[in-house]
Amino acid sequence: MILQGKVWKFGDDVDTDQIIPARYLNSSDPKELAKYAMEDARAGFAEIVGQGDIIVAGKNFGCGSSREHAPICIKAAGITGVIAPSFARIFYRNSINIGLPIFESKEAAEAIEEGHEVKIDATSGVIEDMTTGKSYQAVPFPDFMQELIAAGGLMNYIKKNKMDK
Amino acid sequence: MGMTITEKILAAHAGLDEVKPGQLINAKLDIVLGNDITSPVAINEFEKVGSETVFDKCKICLVPDHFTPNKDIKSAEQVKQVREFANKHEIENFFELGQMGVEHCILPEQGLVGPGDAIIGADSHTCTYGALGAFATGVGSTDMAAGMITGEAWFKVPESIKFVYKGELQPHVSGKDLILYTIGDVGVDGARYMAMEFTGPVIDNLPMDDRFTMCNMAIEAGGKNGIIAADEKTMEYVNGRFKREAVVYQSDADAEYAKVIEYDCSKIEPQVAFPHLPENTKPISEVGDIRIDQVVIGSCTNGRISDLRIAAEFLKGQKVASHIRCIVIPGTPEIYRQAMHEGLFDIFLDAGAIVSTPTCGPCLGGHMGILAKGERAVSTTNRNFIGRMGHPESEVYLASPAVAACSAIKGKIAGPKEVLSK
Repeated sequence: MILQGKVWKFGDDVDTDQIIPARYLNSSDPKELAKYAMEDARAGFAEIVGQGDIIVAGKNFGCGSSREHAPICIKAAGITGVIAPSFARIFYRNSINIGLPIFESKEAAEAIEEGHEVKIDATSGVIEDMTTGKSYQAVPFPDFMQELIAAGGLMNYIKKNKMDK
Repeated sequence: MGMTITEKILAAHAGLDEVKPGQLINAKLDIVLGNDITSPVAINEFEKVGSETVFDKCKICLVPDHFTPNKDIKSAEQVKQVREFANKHEIENFFELGQMGVEHCILPEQGLVGPGDAIIGADSHTCTYGALGAFATGVGSTDMAAGMITGEAWFKVPESIKFVYKGELQPHVSGKDLILYTIGDVGVDGARYMAMEFTGPVIDNLPMDDRFTMCNMAIEAGGKNGIIAADEKTMEYVNGRFKREAVVYQSDADAEYAKVIEYDCSKIEPQVAFPHLPENTKPISEVGDIRIDQVVIGSCTNGRISDLRIAAEFLKGQKVASHIRCIVIPGTPEIYRQAMHEGLFDIFLDAGAIVSTPTCGPCLGGHMGILAKGERAVSTTNRNFIGRMGHPESEVYLASPAVAACSAIKGKIAGPKEVLSK
């Protein structure tokens, strides 16, 4: 799978309260949540983000709450992938579970700037900054996580491997 | 090679003799937990794949505590969905208003979690139960849905960091101060993906309520779980409450740790975490003059009976400053009743504070204490992220119940010394 889009840049330790403030968590509808994606990190983000865009952020992206609404709203807002030097544990797990591709690469996260056009080969983890022509390699997923991703997320995996037994 | 407590619990629940950090395992779960924000998403996933039954109606806990008593129509509908799911699947531990408490206060109190358990909860502070010598970790709603169907979850066995707390605690220094100090030291990602094992003579002497507080905030250092080996105090706490058999694990002497960090607690003052990260901690003597508007005493971090007693100790015979809104929230109906019978409510009300029914409300800017633009709060909760308690331009300072109560009296961030020395 190839992802390609314009980059929006964020800093270190972007927490889940900035990604989707709790005041909107009285809904679990992805379309509704998407209206407020990243609102407390950058007001009005949902209005300027385009379908296929990519977030490049600093370390420990998604720290804080277990709210799955965070990766859900990012995905529903049109973001197809997130690149960061590191992700908080629950956000990482939730992203894999719901099928939001995320990529760990310190070099890419530091070098790629806002507005750049980026192409990611989600299978190989090769990130290409089309604006500068430089390439980076993301940390590959362990085999089991690749299985989850290939199955289309955790629930499809469970359905295929556990429920039909 | 020996194993840590975390490794032993995971091995036992995966049916393996031993596990090593980095290993991917599938573990059987003793409890799967969700609240009113995370459960609806899990229920949707559960139903989307056509699942008809839960793995065990006794091992699922549904606690609508975040926006309850419901603050608006949408939040009422969320709880209604959880309630209907609980009824349909005859979930034993659905907590309706009246029985409902803040989830991480009520589960240990009602004996639903205990030593040796493996627990997932769709709430990041599920790590609280590590205080009982359990492996407990926060997950998202999809993991919760999978857990409700299969009774299992996959885990990467975490490396462990051993924290050793030595020396004598200064007066009015609590578990909250120790964990804020620790997060200040290692940073908000200092224990990312790892188990934080709290040990040492100070921990041995620490009351259970303080142990819950410490494990509660392991997630604020990025930890997968916090854990304290069960000892006599733990057994005293769980005896008569815990409905299953406690399994006590100790880390082996030759267990391998990613790091061992020692603290001399005699040097640790009451701590305050400045906006907007729990790692921005300062000792109370270095805080300076910071005027505040609101104080919140409660939450899954510090809404237990000993927290309320400490707050009352300082508020007794005092008044909260005239410009301060002071909100006290007992964590469960039992804590509420206990505090009421001990006369703590009189102390709070005489001081000009208010007492709320159990709720997570203000902690996450849900309801019952939202901050306006530019306002500041001292709170015994666990997070001070941007916009956490209300307006994105408001500020939250994290502290212990003692510091929160003293701050309410002084109208600015203040420690016990300032209140006691007058």
